[in-house]
Amino acid sequence: MKNLWISLKFTLVMCVVLTIGYVLVLRLAAAVASPNDGEAPVVELNGKVVGAANVGQKFTGNIYFWGRPSAVDYNGGASGGSNKGTNNPEYLAVVEERIDAFLNAHPYLERKDVPAEMVTASGSGLDPDISPRGAEVQIRRVAEARGMTEEQVREIVEETVRGPWLGLFGTHKVNVLQLNVALDKAQNRQLLE
Amino acid sequence: MNTEILGVILQWVALVALSYPLGRYIAKVYKGERTWLDFMSPVERWIYKACGIRPDEEMDWKQFLKALLTVNVFWFVWGMVLLVCQGWLPLNPDGNGGQSPDLAFNTTISFMVNCNLQHYSGESGLTYFTQLFVIMLFQFVTAACGMAALAGIMKALAAKTTKTIGNFWVFMTKSVTRILMPLSLLVGILLVVNGTPMSFDGKQTIETLEGNEQVISQGPTAAIVPIKQLGTNGGGYYGTNSSHPLENPNAFTNILECWSILILPMAMVWAVGFYICRRKLAAWIYGVMLFAFTIGICVSVSQEMGGNPQIDEMGIAQDLGSMEGKEIRIGSGASAMWGMATTATSNGSVNSMHDSQTPLSGMLQMLNMQINCWFGGVGVGWMNYFAFLIIAVFISGLMVGRTPEFLGKKVEAREMKIATMVVLMHPLLILVGTGIASAIAAINPGIGWLNNPSFHGLSEMLYEYTSSAANNGSGFEGLADNTPFWNISTGIVLITGRYFPIIGQVAIAGLLASKKYIPESAGTLKTDTFTFSLMTFVVIIIVAALSFFPALALGPIADYLSL
Repeated sequence: MKNLWISLKFTLVMCVVLTIGYVLVLRLAAAVASPNDGEAPVVELNGKVVGAANVGQKFTGNIYFWGRPSAVDYNGGASGGSNKGTNNPEYLAVVEERIDAFLNAHPYLERKDVPAEMVTASGSGLDPDISPRGAEVQIRRVAEARGMTEEQVREIVEETVRGPWLGLFGTHKVNVLQLNVALDKAQNRQLLE
Repeated sequence: MNTEILGVILQWVALVALSYPLGRYIAKVYKGERTWLDFMSPVERWIYKACGIRPDEEMDWKQFLKALLTVNVFWFVWGMVLLVCQGWLPLNPDGNGGQSPDLAFNTTISFMVNCNLQHYSGESGLTYFTQLFVIMLFQFVTAACGMAALAGIMKALAAKTTKTIGNFWVFMTKSVTRILMPLSLLVGILLVVNGTPMSFDGKQTIETLEGNEQVISQGPTAAIVPIKQLGTNGGGYYGTNSSHPLENPNAFTNILECWSILILPMAMVWAVGFYICRRKLAAWIYGVMLFAFTIGICVSVSQEMGGNPQIDEMGIAQDLGSMEGKEIRIGSGASAMWGMATTATSNGSVNSMHDSQTPLSGMLQMLNMQINCWFGGVGVGWMNYFAFLIIAVFISGLMVGRTPEFLGKKVEAREMKIATMVVLMHPLLILVGTGIASAIAAINPGIGWLNNPSFHGLSEMLYEYTSSAANNGSGFEGLADNTPFWNISTGIVLITGRYFPIIGQVAIAGLLASKKYIPESAGTLKTDTFTFSLMTFVVIIIVAALSFFPALALGPIADYLSL
């Protein structure tokens, strides 16, 4: 009985200690040092918020670079992967379909050029990035749809590529939303000129 | 050199290098020696006073266990009530409803036993209130509970002959104020700076570049993630855990979070060595664990970076490895590393979908959990190894015809029986559970549990019970596990898998502590040698790994061979 009483008090005291000493401290740290006052950082175009910087979104139009397939259709309120095993026949059929669709949209590509990450779903369903190669293969389609030259688009892609952490650790990646926003900005500028 | 592999090596080096000083620090904390966090002592005194704890009161092992079990029972009630009622409680800007009773039962138990198996998805299944005052709270206090149990065992082993093993409440308090909270704060601040949300404003609704509406779940994420990792809890803020780009925004946070999984379990091994003044023994134990863990990493990283052979056959470019269920910013190498780290400890957070990893990686993940002592959970991992040590001591003693002794205490039939029961309970829970579930699935093919057919389907069920019994909490998440059968059966496995070993191990330590101390002589079996370490390793492989071999052969091994 004495232990039960201590248990109750200990649990309540821990709630207080953790709220004041931990949660509030972190909230203050977020207010001071986080990119967007503790909320998910956002990307703006012409003063309007067009997406969360770290959360992938769906792109289907030809003027945009596309992200990876998503098992949850880029639903930011319910993340999820496909959880398909490596040799599940249904899954492999889906990948085949995606390869065909990707080749249809990019008729200038050969099968061996299709990067696997462009036809496999990410873990969260919200992967904001593609690999530099995943962007490379889409350049011609985007350039044609926008009436830009491939060199212009390639330049913007290269500016958007992010290297590994400290140049040494991790992967090379391209944030699809930032790339598309950069394209829109560049083209707005062109139109103004 | 490949930057992905460099990233994996960096994580490994950072872990090994920092675990030693942290272990020394932890030993000082439990011994009550001076440390640089002594400014926390007024807070601790206030906690003792407010709770009516007398810090100088010493407990024997039975009183110690009674306090431990009572507070756990209390947490069960606390969690059940809050989860079922969360819809009516404050801090619920997204208007999420309460959990069903069987789901709340599973969730409460799973967090209470430091497992964090999740049969709900964080975005819709919890409110900010329950995220903080059930999930986060439990992640702190249950990790502290495991650490306190180990502190009691250390105290028992360090003393020559003693009846008492310290005060449970004091160990609990210090684990939070001196170890878990300061480290979590450090990690949390780094996460906040890197863009992990820490707000209470509810979802953001955004119009995307193509004009669709996208809802972004956020909240006090940065408060949950550090302790989820450090306390070997693993219950993610979001449904997809650390593969979610807000929970784990970039390569640096991935390294930081993966480091946080292992650092305390690794440091704990050194802490025991410092505490009982047997650094050489600790070094050998650490060596065995690190050896087994590193082999796992090498195999899994090469499997994942090598890609899925079935996709290779389609003739496309698979340079980045097997990317199904993985994220570009993390990469296949770091995903494999994380998979090993999270299962070697009882963490269970994920940064990729284990269900979609290649079969051999899946098998190693299961094997890590089935052995459950390559570092293991904070506190409890070392305790699992301790049970194997006792068995190894006993067998070696019989082999050389000497009375088995460990740390100057005779190991006799009673301790040996307890150790054997602890060690055998684990395969019993996992194999019986999987057997029942697969029988049900075989009789009712239309039951719809499995997301994948054939061998991989069996792996999904085997993984779920393995993860429950090891209190890990990761899953082959394709399994449709939010049903009364899975909620209740895994709930029972979770409870047994947590408390049975803790009770057994504390009892062994308590029994050993009360025995007469026999000074070391030429006739003593030396436990801090290569031969004995190898012996322990072999005992672990024979007892733990071989019990599971038939099941693994039907699941992941058959899966691999059919690729």
